[in-house]
Amino acid sequence: MAIDDLYQEILMDHYKNPRNKGKLHDADLEVHAKNPFCGDEVELDIIWDGGRIKDIHFVGQGCVISQASVSLLTEHVKGKTLEEIEEVIQEFSAMIRGELEKIDEDKLDELCALQGVSKFPTRIKCALLAWNTLKKVVQERKAELEGKGKVG
Amino acid sequence: MEIVEKMTLNVDRIRKDFPIFDYPDNNNLTYLDNAATTQRPTQVLEEISRYYREYNANTHRGAYRNAEKATLAYEDAREKIARLINARSSREIIFVRGATEAINTAARGWGDRFVRPDDEILITEMEHHSNIVPWQMLVKRRNARLCYWAFDERNGMLEPDGLRIMLSSSTRLLALTHVSNALGTINPVKEIIHAAHARKITVLVDAAQSIPHMPVDVQDLDADMLVFSGHKLYGPTGIGVFYAKEEILNAMDPVQFGGDMIEHVDYFESTWNDLPWKFEGGTPNIAGGIGLGAAVDYVNQIGMEIISGHEKQLVQYALEKLSGVEGVRVYGPMDPDQHGSAVSFTLDRVHPHDLATWLDQHNIAIRSGHHCAQPVMRKLGVPATARISFGVYNTIQEIDRFIIALEQAKEYFSKWL
Ligand SMILES: Cc1ncc(COP(=O)(O)O)c(C=O)c1O
Repeated sequence: MAIDDLYQEILMDHYKNPRNKGKLHDADLEVHAKNPFCGDEVELDIIWDGGRIKDIHFVGQGCVISQASVSLLTEHVKGKTLEEIEEVIQEFSAMIRGELEKIDEDKLDELCALQGVSKFPTRIKCALLAWNTLKKVVQERKAELEGKGKVG
Repeated sequence: MEIVEKMTLNVDRIRKDFPIFDYPDNNNLTYLDNAATTQRPTQVLEEISRYYREYNANTHRGAYRNAEKATLAYEDAREKIARLINARSSREIIFVRGATEAINTAARGWGDRFVRPDDEILITEMEHHSNIVPWQMLVKRRNARLCYWAFDERNGMLEPDGLRIMLSSSTRLLALTHVSNALGTINPVKEIIHAAHARKITVLVDAAQSIPHMPVDVQDLDADMLVFSGHKLYGPTGIGVFYAKEEILNAMDPVQFGGDMIEHVDYFESTWNDLPWKFEGGTPNIAGGIGLGAAVDYVNQIGMEIISGHEKQLVQYALEKLSGVEGVRVYGPMDPDQHGSAVSFTLDRVHPHDLATWLDQHNIAIRSGHHCAQPVMRKLGVPATARISFGVYNTIQEIDRFIIALEQAKEYFSKWL
């Protein structure tokens, strides 16, 4: 349980130079995620392209883990379909909770840098903050599109 | 000579009373999160265990020896608490789950009864959520208003003029903390209560962070209501105290209805038991009450003045040392006479949560976050702070250890940030 398992260089880099940070002014959706435990907050701004995320940005401040995690999230889901995103969220969440027997490095790629979190249970919430919110967003978007499909 | 000996604390001996420090997994634990909860000494653990092992029975019910013994032990604990805070009588001591339940009891039992539309409830900007949210809900129910007495973010002190400005002819209640858990500020509650009483305003004191660290005398303060939690006073979780003057308790409505709190139950109407049981519906936390009584004994045996003096030394030392670390910003008053046993700070560019994880790797337990005081964080302009807080068993050496680790954390993170 060395501290370096947690604070990997990639995470520090994302913390220092966050990707896709700053408001998207023409966003279709703006959602807020709060960690009631530590007060950290992130906002996700999303532009849809049908069943895809065309663009996603975040705004927020917080610890290395929460900020690096959301920065990585934006990189990983941009351009992906709802189904692909759901799959990544599931795989990622399982890794963070330490539920994966084997980590699929092809699937998770740079996100693997957060695997150390599973050994620091007090930090799981930080790592999953934005992901849990995105999960709800994706579910709602799917329901919305299905609803439209039925009506149309 | 004897006086000198009495005044200093033998911390080595005290630490032996706390089994947590001997537990192998906690090897060399530096516990600096006493504002969240303290550790419990063997004396408390054994008293709880003795109740369950030797005379376990429900209170106020059975007509057999153990029931009588359990009732006596529970009521004896109430007496001890009454003496600790110098209540006029143990009838004024209501056992609840903790400070939170006590404030909720006041908001329901007193607030719903006495707060009228357009009345004002005045609280301060440095309250714990438990002394904010029950009042938010009360003013919604009663169509009343909630007002805030501001503090100065530069020194963590309540605005000196605040009371005069904020008190109005509509103010019904002032609810404020004795010691802030987020800033460490000790508020001059005695003077404040005096000023509020001059205008016939009822005052509730949140003593969660003062009772464990300094002598508190409800008659001297003239507090109308006062609340605290047992688990911050070396006692068990799930037990705390709602104190109120007898005339207030008599006028209040109970908020928990059921067994024990009644005098007589008819098909459609009931009458209430005497104080304090009127407020204690259902089987109480008997072991908790007994355990809290043992914690009071423990603290008395050391002496609250001595504990207070010891912790003041720690606070003074911590304030000095922390201010000496470049990049550290300390919040709250810098004068140890105005600063309770919790010290909040931030370290430049390192989030408190990352710092806490880092220190945990060195077996140093500190708190990071908003400390259930989000309005304070908003005012300070930070999402969170780190906080160290002391108890009777902490030492200067532990603060040194903490400061060294803090310097190392700074170095570690500054490699990247
Ligand atoms: C100032 C203050 N008030 C109230 C509380 C609430 O205490 P409890 O959670 O034990 O009810 C706390 C605990 O953190 C506190 O620090």
